[in-house]
Amino acid sequence: MKVLYYPGCSLKTVAESFERSAKLAMAALGVELVELERWNCCGTVSALTTDDLMHQLAPIRNLIRVQEAGEERLVTLCAMCYNTLKRADLWVAQHPEELAKINAFLDEEPDYRGKVRVLHLLELLRDELGFATVKERVVRPLTGLRVIPYYGCLLLRPREVGLDSAENPRILEDLIVALGAEPVDTPYKTQCCGSYHTTTHKEIVAKRAHAILSSAREHGGEVLISSCPLCSFNLDNRQRLVRELYDGFAPVPVLYFTELLGLALGLDPQAWISEQHYVDPRPLLEEHQLLKR
Amino acid sequence: MLELSSKELQRAVEELSGQKVFACYQCGKCSASCPFAAEMDLTPRQVLEYIMDGRVEVLNSNTIWICASCFSCMARCPNGIDISKVMEALRQLLLRSGRDQLDLLKIPEADLKEIPQIAFIAGARKLIG
Repeated sequence: MKVLYYPGCSLKTVAESFERSAKLAMAALGVELVELERWNCCGTVSALTTDDLMHQLAPIRNLIRVQEAGEERLVTLCAMCYNTLKRADLWVAQHPEELAKINAFLDEEPDYRGKVRVLHLLELLRDELGFATVKERVVRPLTGLRVIPYYGCLLLRPREVGLDSAENPRILEDLIVALGAEPVDTPYKTQCCGSYHTTTHKEIVAKRAHAILSSAREHGGEVLISSCPLCSFNLDNRQRLVRELYDGFAPVPVLYFTELLGLALGLDPQAWISEQHYVDPRPLLEEHQLLKR
Repeated sequence: MLELSSKELQRAVEELSGQKVFACYQCGKCSASCPFAAEMDLTPRQVLEYIMDGRVEVLNSNTIWICASCFSCMARCPNGIDISKVMEALRQLLLRSGRDQLDLLKIPEADLKEIPQIAFIAGARKLIG
């Protein structure tokens, strides 16, 4: 099966391990992720004021590219891209007059006809392949590994965009179970990581990371999984600052959910694990015999 | 501060956000849900209270800039008010009158290499007019 996918900027730079592991793991499941041609910025955050049409242009232009490719769905990996693209699509569906204005403004492009479905890779795994099928393909069950599923904001909220319940999501837990690992529930799994404050208010982000990761440790978690390059950066790299600010903090490795998937499918993590991880996940993986010393 | 009357503030916020601010009955669920409430000088509930009371000094609150649009408040508001859109309206009122909160040129070189681009773009969208 071939699936059209949208990488976004961070998967090409600071989150290369996310894209590499996703492509390899999906290939092992018989799915080829085909990169959308001529993609541009997703818009990053949704336009939240009623009069802001300008910031709908970037996501809509991407959806026009999907139309041009003759496809009706687009798979995303980054939670921010997922949210922004899907929200723009829903917004123009609810605002036909505004879509007409956008199409008139983008006169060098074909009109957006509103037929594109934006999906997250997790939805493809759950709804099309099925977690039962994923489980059958597992060759290296992650037995005994205690994994903290971290959703953050943009996979779940607003509700009309969310891929699961906003208050009690299960999709990451179900994936973790399918891979043979043990999900660890924490009250912080849907709370914000601090987002873009990481540029100007690092201490606020460190406070968030400390709360989220300490709770994860207290509940017995060994590794946290995420679906967002910014959540991952804030929860992983900002641990350097967390250790300076909070005595006795024990570091927690952070992986993308696709890295966990790749491990369970028997792939060699050396193919994607890079120095981009601040807390080195390799000692934990070695301890669980998931990586050769 | 912007030269706005109480009525102008209320009208501008409702128009820009598309939200019925006066539907708020001050239950405080937004404040209880907000992961950043401890950093704010006004809680999200107080921001709604100030707007309903026509207190234009709400525009001086740091809450407007601390809110990171995580949508926890709107997911839980029993009256269906999208408070993240109310915060965006307040931000836009200030940003559209030239009150930028972020200077991208002052970001250290090391941060530019390390931090994901989505953080800079999101920050620019929220903090620069």
